[in-house]
This record gives sequence, C-alpha cells and structure tokens, in this order.
Amino acid sequence: MDLNSIYSEIITDHNASGHNKHHIEGATMIEKGHNPSCGDEIELEIKIVDDRIEDAGFTGVGCAISQASASIMIDLIKGKEVKEAKELIETFLGMIKREITEEEELEKLEDALALKNISNMPARVKCAVLAWHTLNESLNKK
Amino acid sequence: MDNILLDFPILHQKINDKRLAYLDSAATTQKPLSVLGAVEEYYKLYNANPHRGAYSLSVKATEMYENTRSKVKNFIGAKKEKEIIFTKSATEGFNLLAYSYGMNFIKEGDEIVISIAEHHSNLVPWQQVAKAKGAILKYLYLDEEGLISHEEIESKITEKTKIVSVIHISNVLGVINPVEKIIKKAHDVGALAIVDVTQSVPHIKVNITDLDADFAVFSGHKMLGPMGIGVVYGKEEFLMKMPPFLYGGDMIEYVWEQEATYGEIPYKFEGGTQNVGGAVGLSAAIDYLNEFKMEKIEELEKELVSYALDKLSENPHITVYGTKDMNKKAGVISFNVKEVHPHDVASILDSYGVAIRAGHHCAHPLMRYMNVNATCRASFYLYNTKEDIDQFVNALENTRRWLGYGSK
Repeated sequence: MDLNSIYSEIITDHNASGHNKHHIEGATMIEKGHNPSCGDEIELEIKIVDDRIEDAGFTGVGCAISQASASIMIDLIKGKEVKEAKELIETFLGMIKREITEEEELEKLEDALALKNISNMPARVKCAVLAWHTLNESLNKK
Repeated sequence: MDNILLDFPILHQKINDKRLAYLDSAATTQKPLSVLGAVEEYYKLYNANPHRGAYSLSVKATEMYENTRSKVKNFIGAKKEKEIIFTKSATEGFNLLAYSYGMNFIKEGDEIVISIAEHHSNLVPWQQVAKAKGAILKYLYLDEEGLISHEEIESKITEKTKIVSVIHISNVLGVINPVEKIIKKAHDVGALAIVDVTQSVPHIKVNITDLDADFAVFSGHKMLGPMGIGVVYGKEEFLMKMPPFLYGGDMIEYVWEQEATYGEIPYKFEGGTQNVGGAVGLSAAIDYLNEFKMEKIEELEKELVSYALDKLSENPHITVYGTKDMNKKAGVISFNVKEVHPHDVASILDSYGVAIRAGHHCAHPLMRYMNVNATCRASFYLYNTKEDIDQFVNALENTRRWLGYGSK
C-alpha cells in the first residue's frame, strides 16, 4: 500500500481547508450520515431550487478521507441538476467498487478521482463513500 | 529473537514490507503454537459430542471439556467447577446474566449501577433489563484521570441498588478500577456484584474468591485462547435459583410433550453442543499463562506502558487519556494525535507495520463523556517488546506530516 496515493495533496487540502464545512442558509434538505462501526458522522445540508442544487455544505466529524470526500463531492455537485448529481454518485460508487473503470467515464468526477485508490484499502472504503451515500439517501427522498 | 516470540509465528511476518508490531491485544491476542496445536490435536484425535455417547471418543471429549472447567476454576481462584459456565463470548455471558437474572429478579424502580466506562457488552443488556422491568440504569462517572472516586461509589450505590456491574480494567483507558471497594459497597446495600474481568484475567492475577464477586465474565480469545469460548463465573447460590438462558439440547433433565426439567448447574446454562475445541484451546492457553507466570506479565506490561508513556510525552502533538499512575494502570494506552483523526493514524501506522485500534472501542457513552469522537488505542501483552514501542512511537512522528501538517 502506498500512502502517497491515499493521502494525496487533493485529499489533505480538502481535509484541511473546510471551505464546504458550514451550514446552508435556507437549506431544503438536511440528511444525517453515520458509520456506526467507526463513529464518523456528517450532516449534509442542500438547497435545491427548481431541481438544481444551488448550494450545499456539511458539518460533523470524521477522518481525513471522509471529510475530504464530503468536501470534494460538494464542489462537484454544486450547480448541478438533481438527475446529474445522482449519475455522479452512481459513477463514484462504481469507481470505488471497481465496476466502472473507463477513464473517460471517470473524468467527470474531477477531484473525486483522487479517491480512486481507496479501493486498495478496504478498511477505509466506508469512509470515502459516507457523504455520497448520504447525498443519495437525501436525493431519493425528494 | 526472544524465545517467547518463537511461540507466536504470526508475529514474524512482514506487514506492508515492515516488521509487524502488534499492539491490539485488548481486541484479541495472538495464539501460541501450543494453543493451535491443542485445538488441532483435539479435532484430529478426540473430536466427538461431549456428554452424550457411551463410546470412548465421546468420553474423551467430555473429559477434555470438563478438565478445562476445572483449570479455569483454579486459574481464577473459584471454589467449585459447577460455578464455571462456558459461553461463546463475554457478550453472551452478560446476556446470560441480564436475561436469566435481570429479567427475573429485577423489579420496577430497582436500580442497576454500572460505570460510564463499560464496554457495550456490559451496558446494552442492562439497558434492555431496565426498559423491560421499569428499572433505572445509573452510572458511576469518572474523574479527570478516568478513575471512579470514593464519593461516586458511596453516592450512587444505595439501598435501591439491586445489581452493580463494573469493568475491572477499562478496555479504553487501561485504568484499574477499585472493584474490591465497589463489590463491598454493593454487598453492604444487599446488591448483586458483577465484574467484567475480560481485560484483567489475561493480564493480572485475579482471585475471584478474594474479590468476593457474585458473578464475573470474560472471554478466551483475549488470553491467548481461540475465539468462540468465554466464561461466566457465578456463585452457586445465585446460579441455583436462576432459570436457564438458552433452552434445548444438552441442558435438560427430562422432557415431556408440554414440560421439561433442566439439568444441574452448570449444564442448565450450556444449551446446545458446546465449543469443545475452543475449551481445549483455552486450557492450553491457561497452561501457557501459568508457565509464563501472571506476575511476570503484569511486570512486563508495566515496564512497556511506562516506557511508551515516557516516549509519547516527548511528542507535543499527542494527548494521552486516563491516569498515568502506574499503580492504577494496565497495558492499554488511549491517545489522540492533534488534528489527525484516529482512523487516519491507524491507517498510517499500518503502513509502518504497526497494528493499533482506532475508533470508539465499543464504548460510545465513554467517548461522549470524554468529549471525543474516537481515540487511538495501543495495547500490550506478553509477546510485546520495547522494539515494538520504538517502532510505534517512530511511526507516530510521521502521522501529521502525511496529513500535510508541518514536520511532526
């Protein structure tokens, strides 16, 4: 296992910056995500206007992987239509499960591509997918 | 290599191309060759269902199973074989006590007292009893050092208390609790005293008769034995009046169409085919511990813990939880690295060959009480060395750097 491929600059920057770690004024959906086995908890807040994700943020505690993954996801989905966001979630989860491997397909994940190597670390996969599962839950309730 | 390490082949392997430093014995210990050999020999030469057949193999399997009971009795200083019940785990042990004793003898308004440092196995079953019977679950809280104070014991354990169940050595903080005092107080108010000795029996000499506990619970896999075998010790007078926990095979005396009578203790609490292979492994584990000597384990762990605490105190980014008083501290260290989540610490240490636990250690209420989300935990056993600790401390120096914070 190469730690450089896991704790890359994109991951550590997103973990440290916290630019998406805040409440959203006028959030239309709030969803809690929890990993009972490790105690990671996030709360995702999204503001959807006319089927478009106008703004999103998160709060909570967790490891660098789960925090960075949440932050990267928010950068990616902000401004996207709900349908598009759902497709991105599917692609991300497919990448982690190694079901989607075509580079062209994965390119649309932008910074989230940095989490690709987490599939080499089975113990940490659940950290990487927490925010994405939480968003999925939330969007499915819509 | 020390002779003892030759007994644990699993420790010789490379992890991520590094020497393995296994520091998670509070979760489960590694098993010496003698234990592995005993289990293999049992299945190769003696396997049969005990307490049933009239043929030689079944008689032999029964004998091996019952010999372990006798060995466990001697190891913990109990008086009678029939006071030793085998379970699959400490969790099953506490469920046995909660369902068989709690659900039958606890009434509305009664109080059950546990500490905030309990493992979920000695917490969630009592929540269930309290909910079902309308009883009150009360907690002994800890001081800043993680200790249960005299005042806390005196004020929480009262005439209303019917059960007191506390952990002897904390699996999170490594703090040795004043269980003698707690048991005495419980008896003074007429309450039942239960001790979770899962982290003490493997590491220090425990004499259950001297402690005067009414019940004690532990598991085999945290004391060099295989997984899937645990023990409940119970005083005969209480076991006699408790109904069975698991009904069915092997625990009966007579069965009619609508009625059944149950076996004597301990058999009435051992429903179903028992884990004889596990018991045989536990027996070999106890032999190993006796030969090594419990006093020597305690001494070695104290040496390792104080060595580790000294080294850790040199790193300004590390916070260690719980007392540093070596008279009240066993071989467990819980800590955090500033600005690095425990899971990241554990993953990074893993890449340096160091195995530690990160998370809540099956103690959510304690984590909440300590106001932390999770901690890292290093725990030691008789096969650990100063070399393991050096490797651990050196690897820790790198954790913050991996997350992009300065040098250390």
